[in-house]
Amino acid sequence: MLVFITRRLLFAVGLLLAVSLFTYLLFSMLPADPAALTCGKNCKPDLIEANRVRLGYDKPVLEQYWLFLKGIFAGRTYGTGATAFTCPAPSLGYSFSQHECVTTMIANTFPVTAYLSIGAFVLWMLLGISLGSVAALKRGKWQDRLATTFSAVGVSLPTFYIGLLVLFTVVIWLGLMPFPHYESPFENIVGFFNALILPWLTLAVLSAASYTRLTRNGMLEAMNEDFVRLGIAKGLKRGVILRRYVLRSALVPIVTIAGLDFAALLGGAIITESVFSLPGMGRMSIRAVVESDLPVLVGTTMVAALFIVLANVVVDILYGVLDPRVRTKS
Amino acid sequence: MISDFALEGIDLVKYFPTGRSGILGRARENVRAVDGVSLSLRRGTTLGIVGESGCGKSTLARVVTRLIEPTHGQILLDGEDITHASGKELRRMRTKIQMVFQDPYSSLNPRHSVGQIISAPLQVQKMKPVQGERQRVHEMMELVGLNPEHYNRYPHEFSGGQRQRIGIARSLILNPSIIVADEPVSALDVSIQAQILNLMAKLQETLGLSYVFIAHDLSVVHHIADEVAVMYLGKIVEMGPSNVVYSSPSHPYTKALLSAVPVADPKRHHRQDRIRLTGDVPSPVNPPSGCRFRTRCWLATEKCANEEPSLNPGGNGRLVACHYPLETPVSIGS
Amino acid sequence: MTSSLLSVTDLNVSFDTPDGVVRAVSDVSFTVSAGETLGIVGESGSGKSVTASSILRLNSSTNATTTGSAVLAGTDMLTCSDAEVRARRGSEVAMVFQDPLSALNPYYTVGRQIGEAYQVHHPDASKAEVRERVMDMLTKVGIPHPEQRVDEYPHQFSGGMRQRIVIAIALVNSPKLLIADEPTTALDVTVQAQILDLMLSLQAENKMAIILITHDLGVVAEVAQNVLVMYGGRIVERASVDALFDAPTHPYAWGLLGAVGSLDHNKRGELRTVIGTPPSLITLPPGCSFAPRCEYAHSVGSVCTTTVPMLRNIGHLGSFSACHMSDEQIIQIGSKVRA
Repeated sequence: MLVFITRRLLFAVGLLLAVSLFTYLLFSMLPADPAALTCGKNCKPDLIEANRVRLGYDKPVLEQYWLFLKGIFAGRTYGTGATAFTCPAPSLGYSFSQHECVTTMIANTFPVTAYLSIGAFVLWMLLGISLGSVAALKRGKWQDRLATTFSAVGVSLPTFYIGLLVLFTVVIWLGLMPFPHYESPFENIVGFFNALILPWLTLAVLSAASYTRLTRNGMLEAMNEDFVRLGIAKGLKRGVILRRYVLRSALVPIVTIAGLDFAALLGGAIITESVFSLPGMGRMSIRAVVESDLPVLVGTTMVAALFIVLANVVVDILYGVLDPRVRTKS
Repeated sequence: MISDFALEGIDLVKYFPTGRSGILGRARENVRAVDGVSLSLRRGTTLGIVGESGCGKSTLARVVTRLIEPTHGQILLDGEDITHASGKELRRMRTKIQMVFQDPYSSLNPRHSVGQIISAPLQVQKMKPVQGERQRVHEMMELVGLNPEHYNRYPHEFSGGQRQRIGIARSLILNPSIIVADEPVSALDVSIQAQILNLMAKLQETLGLSYVFIAHDLSVVHHIADEVAVMYLGKIVEMGPSNVVYSSPSHPYTKALLSAVPVADPKRHHRQDRIRLTGDVPSPVNPPSGCRFRTRCWLATEKCANEEPSLNPGGNGRLVACHYPLETPVSIGS
Repeated sequence: MTSSLLSVTDLNVSFDTPDGVVRAVSDVSFTVSAGETLGIVGESGSGKSVTASSILRLNSSTNATTTGSAVLAGTDMLTCSDAEVRARRGSEVAMVFQDPLSALNPYYTVGRQIGEAYQVHHPDASKAEVRERVMDMLTKVGIPHPEQRVDEYPHQFSGGMRQRIVIAIALVNSPKLLIADEPTTALDVTVQAQILDLMLSLQAENKMAIILITHDLGVVAEVAQNVLVMYGGRIVERASVDALFDAPTHPYAWGLLGAVGSLDHNKRGELRTVIGTPPSLITLPPGCSFAPRCEYAHSVGSVCTTTVPMLRNIGHLGSFSACHMSDEQIIQIGSKVRA
């Protein structure tokens, strides 16, 4: 198992390096001049050149990449003398348009995205697994049809549509609550929930729809297994069989997929954050795209990639924990 | 001079790499599925290959039909070396040797009609039968006892036995001289098994086919084979005329295998004096040293652990790989 | 003695499917006494497995309709409450399945799976008692090094060892009746012999009755005392094992016995076959469902295709046959089948 984890981690580090190089090269090929974007429209050429040197954009791309990598571990100082400023390690670059270190920006926006993701994740797992279980247990009955309909509709609706629909119905039409305005949970816990409940629902509906189907199919499949029949033949109670036999085996693939879905969300729920004006990483990425704020783009991409890679490792380990056939190869 | 043998395998070996270990995950071990097997199929006869799961009989079938390439050894088809045949050569050789598979459910494409399935080999070989493709397929269907009117039906409309007939028709359409059948009846019900076995016997007679017939069911092989090879852990332990091997097994494994078969006659069963093998077949990744059967053999001595027995003549035209072959042949069930 | 352990009367099972109603079991009645081994033979779709799972009420609740009765030690398993069925499953009647790998829960150790089967019927047993019972069973069914293997998972065992574990689960509460559904079909022949030996020795110890479902007449000949031959969801012949093999009384049994290959070299030659294929259980032929494949149906006349034959006693060996032929004809042909 230890060898297995070590191998997976080594692989993950290599993968991250590759992703970072690829991202860096890709963005450096964009037809935008990062130095020209550092000041407004009426910038003088000599200021642009000075900024170019200060930010290191005068150097060859590979050297820039090296400096970027070094910055992650050692921090990075831009310019010299009195005008010099430093982004401490781990530095992911400096956003000139925002006049801030990218790491700081991510540190500010990430919690919002994390709260959004965690809440939505919990909600959709609860909703999806319970709806899926009910559908499987009441196969062919009205409960099943309701759940399958929900699943079909939910999967086919785009996030922005659900988001706007929810916003319109709850806030504008029914007037049940004011337009959500994000507040930190440490300052105003009620405001925090008020701001996040609708985005949570929006994100959860979409994923819950596909998890309903996953759970339903997984359980139906498991119910046909011989070992479930043997469980019944042992005289076990229905609840025990459902828990230890049916749900247990249906859950293994679900956990795998859920881990990856959750990680993808941590990279920024772009649409949901935009619809509900949440100051998260997704919205920051969108702004960076619009303004060609390259350092921010590279930084957020790297963070998103990190989560995906980490989630892969975690899922692999979880898989071993959940399924003894993976853990103990005979 | 043309060879007496339709098909020969000489010292065939097939290893499959398995298991990854170490940080870099390099493959280190081999499953020794077939480990030095020589056999020959006399023209117009049936060679049966029996053994329990994991003995390598199915791998052997895939090696001699060149569905996979052997790790080592030589395959002669009509005296011609096809061990490393490829491309055109391989395609030409496939007109002479065809395979029938175990599972009549998964070996037929469900989206193709029966006519398409049976005629597919013609298209692969770009062959145009003189009487026309459709007519040829009709003939094949009649030959194997299918109604030619069902030409346009799909596999799911047929029962298991009929599907196996479709598989046989497909294998015969190129007019091959050799059929390698891998467990062709083990997925079928008993009464249907008999139909297919009788059909295969009839086809052999009328078309002069040579069969390699692989099965785990000893009575099925006994029924159809002229010669039989008994495999254990990738090796042949005993081989010879079917009546000799079945009536007086010389290798302890053959005897144990035969004595384990339930006899469909309540008066005859001697559950008490049956030879009971203990334990299971060892892993083909790490087979026992010396004689591979020694870990389950009641006659094994130290010699068996140190020295691998080779296949030697054992009387009545048989070959046996045992240091202590059974001297007094004990007839089964007499 | 007339009191039997299990008495199945007029069992009918049908399944609603999108293609139509599948009449899986029709008018099946039989009894099993304590200590008896009853073999049920038939091909796929003959209704043998459904008959067995009905006794444990294992058929799907959503689309199966079961009528008749299956009285096990005084309780009708088909009509009693769910709680009563549950109390008897695993304790009075246990089951062994065909494929031992898929019959074991891959997520739990074998020890836990055996222990669970014991605990559910002995809720007051302490952890140590359960563990002791588990080790006992592992030893009994011949698992080497039980103290080490008890905490391993099913996939770490070979096929034969897995079937031993399934048997350990089945027998942990010393049931009165064991239903074994093709228990050796997935196993190699030398392992099959081991498992059959094991089942017989454990039966002798417990005076347990066994219903052995199989397609292999050889297995039946070796272990059963009485046999039911099923075809198209019905019992077509009921006989002692000696009578079945000496003088079978149904044309289907004649065909089956002729179709079995033999290891005896004098008996090679063309196998007797049953022509055609088994009937669809959705559109069963009227009358005798074997009639379309029966070579004697023509000579008997239209009764074969209009009237379902009832089981009746034939000859002096106590055999029952569901065939329209006259007793004399049946006895005459039957005596020649195995000659």
